[in-house]
Amino acid sequence: MSAAEEVVTEAPAVEAVPKRAMTLGYGTSLVVLVALIVIPLFVKNFIIFQLTMLLIYGLAVLALNILTGGSGQFSLGQSAFYAVGAYTSAILMEHTGMNYALTLPIAGIICFGFGFLFGLPALRLSGVYLALATFALATAMPQLLKLGYFEDWTGGVQGLVVTKPDAPEYLQSLLSSLHLKISQDMWLYYFTLAITIAIYVAAVNLLRSRSGRAFMAIRDNEIAASAMGVDVSLYKTLAFGVSAGITGVAGGLGAIAVQFVAPDGYTIQLAISLFLGMVVGGVGWLPGSIVGSAFIIFVPNIAESVSKGLSGAVFGVLLFLVIFLVPHGARQVAIVAQQLIGKLKKN
Amino acid sequence: MELFANQVLAGIATGAIYACMALAVVMIYQAIDHLNFAQGEMAMFSTFVSWQLMQWGVPYWGAFVITVAFSFAAGTVIERLLFKPLAKAPVLTNVAGFIALYAIINSVAGLIWDFTIKQYPTPFGSSPFLGSQLISTHQAGMIGVTLLMLLLLFFFFRFTRVGLAMRAAASLPESARLVGINTSWMIALGWGMAAAIGSIAGMMIAPVVFLEPNMMLGVLIYGFAAAVLGGLSSPFGAVIGGFLVGIFENLVGTYIPGVGNELKLPIALALIIVVLVVKPAGLFGRAIVKRV
Amino acid sequence: MTAMLNVKDLRAYYGQVQALHGLNFSLNEGSLTTLLGANGAGKTTTLRAICNMVRSTGSIEFEGKPIGTRSTENVVRLGIAHVPQGRGTFTTMTVEENLQLGAITRTDKKNIVTDIERMYDHFPKLKERYSQQAGTLSGGEQQMLAVARALMLRPRLMLLDEPSFGLAPLIVRDLFGILGKINREEKVTILVVEQNSQLALELADQAYVIETGRIVMSGNAKDIANNEDVRKSYLGY
Repeated sequence: MSAAEEVVTEAPAVEAVPKRAMTLGYGTSLVVLVALIVIPLFVKNFIIFQLTMLLIYGLAVLALNILTGGSGQFSLGQSAFYAVGAYTSAILMEHTGMNYALTLPIAGIICFGFGFLFGLPALRLSGVYLALATFALATAMPQLLKLGYFEDWTGGVQGLVVTKPDAPEYLQSLLSSLHLKISQDMWLYYFTLAITIAIYVAAVNLLRSRSGRAFMAIRDNEIAASAMGVDVSLYKTLAFGVSAGITGVAGGLGAIAVQFVAPDGYTIQLAISLFLGMVVGGVGWLPGSIVGSAFIIFVPNIAESVSKGLSGAVFGVLLFLVIFLVPHGARQVAIVAQQLIGKLKKN
Repeated sequence: MELFANQVLAGIATGAIYACMALAVVMIYQAIDHLNFAQGEMAMFSTFVSWQLMQWGVPYWGAFVITVAFSFAAGTVIERLLFKPLAKAPVLTNVAGFIALYAIINSVAGLIWDFTIKQYPTPFGSSPFLGSQLISTHQAGMIGVTLLMLLLLFFFFRFTRVGLAMRAAASLPESARLVGINTSWMIALGWGMAAAIGSIAGMMIAPVVFLEPNMMLGVLIYGFAAAVLGGLSSPFGAVIGGFLVGIFENLVGTYIPGVGNELKLPIALALIIVVLVVKPAGLFGRAIVKRV
Repeated sequence: MTAMLNVKDLRAYYGQVQALHGLNFSLNEGSLTTLLGANGAGKTTTLRAICNMVRSTGSIEFEGKPIGTRSTENVVRLGIAHVPQGRGTFTTMTVEENLQLGAITRTDKKNIVTDIERMYDHFPKLKERYSQQAGTLSGGEQQMLAVARALMLRPRLMLLDEPSFGLAPLIVRDLFGILGKINREEKVTILVVEQNSQLALELADQAYVIETGRIVMSGNAKDIANNEDVRKSYLGY
């Protein structure tokens, strides 16, 4: 044994979440789905907008969950992929007049490629080192977006304004024949909801598939996985690609919802928020992504309303409370709830 | 060639800041196996405390000593209260804890001392060092203090019983417990020492970057990068890493066209990543052999 | 004779899996006992349970006092040294530092220095290599170091987990000879867990045989060694 080496039996950096526990039961899923469909019909436009952002950030957290909870790779750089997706949509819509819906798959594919490419050098890094590398990516992105070189396309420091889409013609005429109207916000919400559901279902299936098992094998013990014939490099970069792709779609939706893109909207703060969203929701627990998303959207507002000057401190305290009470995130709450329901059923 | 040499020298001077911070980073890493994002904020808060003491009339070195002692105590208390309960929680939850701590300290500091920039005194004066335009006496003093800390740490770990116990606890916690070492308290001690070192770093850095609640963010990132570059298990590597990062930063700014202040950070980080891809354990770190 | 260690109804768990199913045994002061059994029988788990390194229920008494609620390091501080499986040597530290670590909880500095010298007398190879990194020592030497480190505690009870593992027979004889000497001369109670039954039974006074978490045989080491049926059924030779 070389004197300069330390032999380490590595504990998995990310906790294993059994496959079955990665999703909600059918009953609960149905309830949540119905709520998501029905609630917007009864609330004001601004709340609908917030709900839309809830779904969008939920998607981004979901993507991070696939990467970290699924394949065990850390990323503090999701904001970079989000930004690329957002700008792709914005540029395509404003400079080429493309239909907003079409920009999303393009954003997704471009970000997939981008993520895949980033995943290649990231193969040599893990844990703390990978975190640092993704962190570098996140800090670089706003600067890159501000570069004068790209200004004609990106709008430089001021960014681009994005036109909010109306609901499609046929739907509007159908609804007006019933004396109903659908606002832009509401249309965008349902559009986002449809995409979110589609991606969520696809993600669940991905994690249940052979690829998903490969991801989780890598997360739990990379060396053993490779010894069992899993092409570790391929799957790790694939995980990055998929995660980036989904984040890119979320970014595109975000650009459309917020109606503009600007470099300072995609800073490291966003990346950290997404990370916190994943932890609060429960790493590797896909449904928790929405809970995490709710945390990062609403808790800062709550903190500010409690105390303007100390909003950061209040946020920190609330975050501590959450992680003390439920260190494993919302998943823990769900498990406890499930156990309680199980007991009630028996009685 | 002369420009190059000058930039290298200037880089070493600025790098002393990162070396200082990197020492604190490595200290914590040894104790708890991860990077503490709140460390920069803790250092910043300590620096403010020293500033406040001086505002109340305490002379510089008196404030310095009191602050270091206070920081050591505070670091230990924070660990016992906030992070000991998270010892069995997943790693990522602990990281979320660091982020929460960051937010709290930053906010509280802003509330107590507001966000306007303040001047911070240096005990070393700021005239040119030995007549050189590139290094001021303060920067020379900073390098001196960093090297002194390194030396003290070396003696502590090599020649004291507590230092030996800490090394054992960091190296093989289970074996350490089997010789009777309370590994939990070793972690608390590590936090205390890291906080103390961080406070010294803050007090050295503040004269250069000026005192305000957000002063440490950039420094912390460079400090991380320097520690990682040097090898997270080596305080000596951390210091060398700090100087190297300072040099990188300067050379990038000088020789790569179109790179303004904002791009310096990502490029420096990218360069470090390249080093890591080639030598994952850092320049002076121990290669970790992974066993299945 | 007083019981140095008294274990009653010990059950141990790894998560949901139960590894020990109610062990009962005791060690007399000054005795040298061996705990034998096949792989996975629960030998290591027993030692770990004594040092509270694994979740367990039941009663463990050391010199008449219950120790089940003490943390590992506090169990050690009572005078129980544990040489774990794989030795647990601090490979990045020198031989001498390893020995110093064995005595880290002691406050009598002068005696520590003389004790280190005594270890070098017991194990001359270690003296040769005192400033070498422990990771560069051979398997046998590391085992000696692990035993020496445990002795630096001046323990009253020493637990050893498969000290013969991976060592050549001659070295094992050497090692066991030293253990016997320590038991007789320094009056250290010893519990040795072993897969290598033959040598262990030659060394020990008492023996227990454990199978799937239960003690199936106990008694005088010589008797068990001479009992062909027992040897064939439980010890494989």
